[in-house]
Amino acid sequence: MKRKSKPVNDVILQTAAIIIFFIIVIFSIDLFFAGHYSPGGGFIGGLMTSSALVLLLLAFDSQTLKTVLPIDYRLMTATGLLIALGTSLHSIFWGRPFLTHAYDKFHLPLLGEQTLHTAIAFDLGVYLVVIGVTMTIIQTIGESE
Amino acid sequence: MINLPIFPIVIPALAAIIMMFMPKRVVIQRAMALGALVLTLIVSLFLVHTVSIDGIQTLNLGDWMAPFGITLVSDMLSALLVTTSTLLTLFVVWFAVHYFFESYEGNYLYVAMLFLLVGVNGAFTTGDIFNLFVFFEVFLMSSYVLIVLGGRGVQLRESIKYLLVNIIASALFVMSVALLYSVTGTLNLADLAMKIPLIENQNVITAIGVMFIIVFGMKGALVPLHYWLPGAYVVAPTPILAMFGALLTKVGVYSIFRTYTLLFDGNGTFLQTFLMVLAVLTIFIGMTGAIAYNDVKLIIIYNIMIAVGVILYGISVNTQTSLEGSLYYLIHDMLIKAVLFMLVGMMIGITKSGLLRDMGGLITRFPMLGWTFFVAALSLAGIPPLSGFFGKLLIVSGGMDEGELFAPILVLLSSLFVLFSVMKIFMYGFWGEAKREYDGPLAPFAKRLVIPVFLLLAVSVAYGFGAEWIHPYITQAIEPLVSPEIYIDAVLKE
Repeated sequence: MKRKSKPVNDVILQTAAIIIFFIIVIFSIDLFFAGHYSPGGGFIGGLMTSSALVLLLLAFDSQTLKTVLPIDYRLMTATGLLIALGTSLHSIFWGRPFLTHAYDKFHLPLLGEQTLHTAIAFDLGVYLVVIGVTMTIIQTIGESE
Repeated sequence: MINLPIFPIVIPALAAIIMMFMPKRVVIQRAMALGALVLTLIVSLFLVHTVSIDGIQTLNLGDWMAPFGITLVSDMLSALLVTTSTLLTLFVVWFAVHYFFESYEGNYLYVAMLFLLVGVNGAFTTGDIFNLFVFFEVFLMSSYVLIVLGGRGVQLRESIKYLLVNIIASALFVMSVALLYSVTGTLNLADLAMKIPLIENQNVITAIGVMFIIVFGMKGALVPLHYWLPGAYVVAPTPILAMFGALLTKVGVYSIFRTYTLLFDGNGTFLQTFLMVLAVLTIFIGMTGAIAYNDVKLIIIYNIMIAVGVILYGISVNTQTSLEGSLYYLIHDMLIKAVLFMLVGMMIGITKSGLLRDMGGLITRFPMLGWTFFVAALSLAGIPPLSGFFGKLLIVSGGMDEGELFAPILVLLSSLFVLFSVMKIFMYGFWGEAKREYDGPLAPFAKRLVIPVFLLLAVSVAYGFGAEWIHPYITQAIEPLVSPEIYIDAVLKE
């Protein structure tokens, strides 16, 4: 594939992409946290975040994305799997069956009293795996000549 | 320790995930893979011990009661199969460490092999039919990776066929589960076993049973669903082929074992005849293929089909004796097929050709390889003190007790064909004159490679000689199959 010698001028696309990127990411985080009580969760949140990254890929190129977000998505997949498995494993040490979840109320700075559930850590694992896998697929297909 | 049944699944998974962080550090990968497998083997042996003392071990994941959550059930059948599959994965990985080059190993090879074991162990342990499907997908995905790794043209071609067949089979699996769920409203195997006899229209259940046999027959290469097997297996590199030949088809066989005895009341119904006819056809086509070919890999691949047919015949007869025979033969066959595939892979690696007419006289340069192959061949055919004998004996006597004559004689005849086909490899490959200098890529490593194969064969021979000692375990494994109430009570704990 030959690059065009004359750079294309897509100021509108790039400017819009930067703004929309943040809106999509915030929406995906909202979806991720909404998962327990309303539609959403790790899978759809992860897909939405990676779609925001794909938008950056379309507006700029893969090299730019790498400099802005220097993330190895394969390691991200592995991290996600490790978090998910670790969350499932923790109950073993308390003598409970595998995958037993726990929750408690915590007093967090800024947020006040909040209930935290280990299912969110499992979901975080799913979220990272989905982003990692999607971006690995897109990057490897995009970069192979 | 209530979590014992999960450990043979979690340990290789955890090791594989940690190994994903450093795909290029080949030495660490090898050490971690072998270490995790040794640990898994110890845990699964402990599991066998626990099950033999305390009976069936169940684990309700997430502390949800039995029909509502996922239950893992380790009865003796699944504990024995988990131990066998872990044991042979350990030896195959040991073989692979010497067999592959570093550039090949750096592409997540051991990660995929460990995930394959995760899927297989999970499929053996689960007590939920949809979870069974998920574990099927786990090991199928790993097998797609393993079959295509290396990227030679033939691998790409055959992996497309393999993928297509397995995707269709998986879709059928989902449909069968959906149908079963719509009829009974539950997915837990023990709960299904309780609800199915209450269904008024038993013809629906028979139809679902046939669908399940088609699905598992596609995974386990039953005739007429076997067409993908020879091509897909012949292109895989030797250690991968050894894992596939030993594990993948046997998970299909195990699933038929489990569903046929637990869910569908087999005796005297259409389902029994159906399974029996398919088993006999499989033996027949396997025999034809085993003597027809001149390619050493294909000969052993068709021997898989004979073994699957023999085991399924024993299952379809569905008596205490024949089921014991089937289980005994299943474990023997998993071990011995891995041994044989590694041995013929070494022969091909040394002579640079898979065809018998290009080999000859290997015994003078590689005596250890030759005699290991000889013992493995006799064991495969079922010569009395070796491990293939007792299983077939029990299957044949189980069939005879039910007043059948044709199929038991066919099983005996198939032994003759098996012996003929592997002795053909031995005589043409190891005896006679060397056709040329054998300096293939594996020739310098042959001495190191033969050690894991020899040890695995030693386990298999010990399994044959220790048949009397193994027998109580086999009997205990068959108990919940003959009387499903034991299984149901253990899971639902009324």
